[in-house]
Amino acid sequence: MGLVPKTDIGKVDAIVDRYGADASSLLAILQDLQDEARYLPREALDRVVERLGVPLARIYAMATFFQSFHLKPRGEHIFTVCVGTACHVRGAKRLVEQLERDLKIPSGATTADLKFTLEEVNCVGACALGPLVIINGEYNGSMTSGRLTKIAERLAKGEVKE
Amino acid sequence: MRFATVRDLETRSERMAAADAHVRRRVLVCSGTGCAAGGALDLYEKLVAQCRKVKLEVEVELAPCGEAKEPLYAAVTGCQGLCQMGPLVQILPDDILYTHVTPDKAKDVVAKTLVGGEVIEKLLYKDPESGKRISKRDEIPFYKGQRFIALEGCGRVQATSLDAYIARGGFSSLIKALGMKPEAVISEVEKSGLRGRGGGGFPTGRKWRSCVEAEGEERFVICNGDEGDPGAFMDCCIMEGDPFRVLEGMMIAAHAVGAKRGFIYVRHEYPRAVERLQKAIADCRETGLLGERILGSGLSFDVRLSRGGGAFVCGESTALMRSIEGNVGEPRAKYVRSVQKGLYDKPTVLNNVETFACVPAVIREGGEWLAKIGTKRSPGTKAFCLVGKVRNTGLIEVPMGTTLRSVIYGIGGGIIDGRPFKAVQTGGPSGGCLPESALDLPVDFDALIGAGSMMGSGGMIIMDDRTCMVDVAKYFLHFLLEESCGKCVPCREGIFQLHAMLEAMSTGRSQAGDLEKVRRLAEDIAASSLCGLGKSAPNPVLSTLRYFEAEYRAHIENHKCPAGVCRELTTFQIDKDKCTGCMVCVKACPPEAITGEKKKPHAIDEAKCTRCGACRTVCGYDAVQTR
Repeated sequence: MGLVPKTDIGKVDAIVDRYGADASSLLAILQDLQDEARYLPREALDRVVERLGVPLARIYAMATFFQSFHLKPRGEHIFTVCVGTACHVRGAKRLVEQLERDLKIPSGATTADLKFTLEEVNCVGACALGPLVIINGEYNGSMTSGRLTKIAERLAKGEVKE
Repeated sequence: MRFATVRDLETRSERMAAADAHVRRRVLVCSGTGCAAGGALDLYEKLVAQCRKVKLEVEVELAPCGEAKEPLYAAVTGCQGLCQMGPLVQILPDDILYTHVTPDKAKDVVAKTLVGGEVIEKLLYKDPESGKRISKRDEIPFYKGQRFIALEGCGRVQATSLDAYIARGGFSSLIKALGMKPEAVISEVEKSGLRGRGGGGFPTGRKWRSCVEAEGEERFVICNGDEGDPGAFMDCCIMEGDPFRVLEGMMIAAHAVGAKRGFIYVRHEYPRAVERLQKAIADCRETGLLGERILGSGLSFDVRLSRGGGAFVCGESTALMRSIEGNVGEPRAKYVRSVQKGLYDKPTVLNNVETFACVPAVIREGGEWLAKIGTKRSPGTKAFCLVGKVRNTGLIEVPMGTTLRSVIYGIGGGIIDGRPFKAVQTGGPSGGCLPESALDLPVDFDALIGAGSMMGSGGMIIMDDRTCMVDVAKYFLHFLLEESCGKCVPCREGIFQLHAMLEAMSTGRSQAGDLEKVRRLAEDIAASSLCGLGKSAPNPVLSTLRYFEAEYRAHIENHKCPAGVCRELTTFQIDKDKCTGCMVCVKACPPEAITGEKKKPHAIDEAKCTRCGACRTVCGYDAVQTR
């Protein structure tokens, strides 16, 4: 099996059917597709084109306009550093740099082995706990560079957190 | 269970109110974003499991019960406010607020307090001045001076339970509104003087009236839950903590303007808000509170939830409507207002979450009641998120007219580590930074605009002397640069240039005269952009220039960053007299540029130093100096 799993067209159809194959639900359809694969695979988008009868260009317009969409495969572990104002004034930039050093990728990228992705987000509303890093969907507040390095090391070794 | 008539709902409400009154003791676990990140949901599970283990009977839902039964009731609530001290647990009627209740403390809380009736001292709030422990919530300085209207139920009732909501009078305002003519409902909202809490401050009643007067067969009600301002999470807390209240506000609006369909547009970064609202919508549909002929009245109304896609501009009303229609969220020029031609070009009322959350109280208590709270031109209260370098971070609600000083020093407890206050940022990327001289300003729509900032949705970010104003302005421009939709030139290209000019300042590449160029370009962008995002984009620059021009000049003329933030303009060194040799900075330095032994002064290797400032943040002796 390759690193990127093959798209299951049946699953794509099920998602499209959930919204009655209605083009006004395009945003919701793309969101559900992404929840499934952590990104929007090209084959899945081709299927949406067939089912909804909308041009691929419109789907790309949507997928590139909204920041929550990804057109490239993302890693198994996703680090999302909040860079909202409250986190910014409490040193979020340092955390991004720490992860760039630890994971050896620039912010926004995924490691070649598809193990890690490093992203930034503009605010997740947990400002009181800044600086905050979301690791695989879990919120970790009052984060420090040292703690972050340890977590990255543990995940790299395949140890589950806690 | 289905409420076919008003009487059906009232009967159920009475039963639930009786059940609520019979609760012997209630344990309320906060599940706001902060507390949840600290493990509050896990804590709740553990508390319930522990109760059951020690054979202490516990109810997890408010349920009608017989006279004899006086249950212990444990529930998850929305944000209780003092996020800094989370996870929070409130125990009533004992009136105990426990702080920092990590999941491992569940056993203790059950054994000592719930079974033993004893107060656990070390979980109580500790007053930083006197060192005294405070057990009652309302005696903690953070909660003094607050008044809750929009946040009335948030943090007090089980967030996901319709029964818990109606037990405390939920939907009684809807019943009252349904008994009034739509015209009377609008008058009441007009009388209250309620202004839009999303930032613009447009009078809500007038907006509703314009919608009614607009021509068209079909009308829509939209709730804007796309709270995109970084540093603001009030609406998130309301949607998570009191979702039924938001729906009730929308239903009242639907009755007032004659809408059959409504939409709530929620940011995708708020998954829990999406989940709880969806459950609340489903519960309302199932019980007939949404759907055809609600409570047997003439009102037929349904609400659909749309998830955003992570675009700041979609908080702008016309962009948000395009997005709901299934298009890319680009705004349009507002020659024709959206109350006349909004969603699908039909008359549309769009208010934000907090505004809708105020509506049930306005109907229940009457417009005049709200008009008496706050200031004359900004009646009522406003929710804020107090964050940044302030001691007590959290969610607050204060009457309009409260001064910034009492918010920051009274409720917020002052600046972290007792450092000097430098600025407070309000209004998000559209707002501005206000200096110490503005601290006595009352919080009010017009006062803040007059001072060069704006109310915005309610983020309040406190900054100390180690925050660089050029860096802050650059931060917001970078944010807007990424978020500009690109449709109009002044915003797309102007912000790009403005950002490049500030980048030059912060890296020592700017020249004399740049300040004037920045000012002129900023004014041009404000004058010629298509939508609110572009029009207000220069505000962070203009407001910091207004109050902190000397700091800009230091960057340009002396190539110095007085706050020690802009890396190219700063070098760090350790003051040998102040350093105690505690090794904390040695461990915290990411590039391992600090050397030294225990109890001997440390030193920074300038060649290795990346000037990130981590050492300065961790040093407890103020020994790290900037040059």
